[in-house]
Amino acid sequence: MSLKLRALLKSPWVFHLATGSCNNCDIEVLDCLTPRFDIERFGMLLAPSIKHADILLVTGSCNRKSAIRLERLYKQAPQPCLVVAIGECSMSRGMFIHSYNCPLPLDKIVPVSAYIPGCPPKPEAIIAGAVTLIQTIKGTL
Amino acid sequence: MYIVYLIVYGFILTAVLGLVASWVDRKVTARVQYRKGPPFFQPWYDIIKLLGKETIIPKQSSKAMFVMAPLLGFSAVVMVSTLLWANNNNLFNSFLGDIIVIVYLLAIPSIAIMMGGFASGNPLARIGASREMKLLLGYELPFILAILVPIIKSGFSLKLADILSFQAQNGAFALQASGILALVVLVLCVQAKLGLVPFDIPEAETEIIAGPLVEYSGAGLAVFRLMKHMLLFTLPFFLIILFLGGMKFEGITILYSVLKYVAILVVITVIRNTNPRLRIDQAMRFFWGPVTGIAVIAVVLAVIGW
Repeated sequence: MSLKLRALLKSPWVFHLATGSCNNCDIEVLDCLTPRFDIERFGMLLAPSIKHADILLVTGSCNRKSAIRLERLYKQAPQPCLVVAIGECSMSRGMFIHSYNCPLPLDKIVPVSAYIPGCPPKPEAIIAGAVTLIQTIKGTL
Repeated sequence: MYIVYLIVYGFILTAVLGLVASWVDRKVTARVQYRKGPPFFQPWYDIIKLLGKETIIPKQSSKAMFVMAPLLGFSAVVMVSTLLWANNNNLFNSFLGDIIVIVYLLAIPSIAIMMGGFASGNPLARIGASREMKLLLGYELPFILAILVPIIKSGFSLKLADILSFQAQNGAFALQASGILALVVLVLCVQAKLGLVPFDIPEAETEIIAGPLVEYSGAGLAVFRLMKHMLLFTLPFFLIILFLGGMKFEGITILYSVLKYVAILVVITVIRNTNPRLRIDQAMRFFWGPVTGIAVIAVVLAVIGW
């Protein structure tokens, strides 16, 4: 494994992006940053700007307004950049699957690397998902 | 000889010590907040990762400025640390007026951040850069006044070597009344120069995202971060030379030198962890009011001879 990739896996900075969620998943994402769960152990920091981000944490059901913004933000992120779908809405649109307002699921708009189920997922589940993603990339490369 | 100082001491040693210092800072912050904190090599991983990422130059930016700004600030820090190490290790390396050169070079990292912010063509970066400019105007006056104290005490000498040899003969300036006051003022100015919490107004993450650094990605951000980590070593080192008699590396004095540095670093970290962020007008009032007052008192005491 190259030094570049090893360093990336040791310090993945996350960017939190809400595409019209009910706020539950967002609160659980913020929980991961609190002293009790402390994702800085893994070198993760909450990136303030999309230009500093390595992982996009997407919550919510990608409605018509935010899908365009999501695509634009994904193009602005410096590569390599991974996308993680958090919660039921961003995986399959959840209860909004028949809604006129949510035309596409997240993985038809941008490529998604990991899915974390739950409504909302626990902070432990989010951390376990992130660790599994890191281990998968380590294993395949 | 100067090439060796520039590469080995000015760049490599300062960068390594600065990265260790930034890990200490993050770890102490984590322990204060009852967290576990990052592993030892975390600052290294951050820099290497950022160097490997894609660098995006915004369409609306002025490109030459945008690319040049991190290199300008970085080279200024390397030159300051080269001068400090050269004076600290061998007193004959000093020249007349090197303290003035250092004061000028220490302003350049802030100016580089401003240049980068204004060049990136982002409104938030412009707000951050203008705040950085106001903060620079605020802390530069007490900074220079407080630096006058060791100059006056060592018999109006503008050479770092004279200040160091005077302290070697007569004891550190920090043991005298004017020295203590000037050191307090300088620690507050260093906090603002480093952009740490009570004075992290230019980079206020909750208001203007990352301030001047908002458009930087990849190598540019890596150089800016490395510059800040190196400043975290260089500025306390400057204070140690001015007030605590410099660092010596023979026998047991190594322990004493490390202790001096760690003491200043811990003071900076504790200030950073126990204070909320000020507004820019409060910071200006703070620096031009009480801090400048204390600095003037210190200068008067130094002239009287206390």
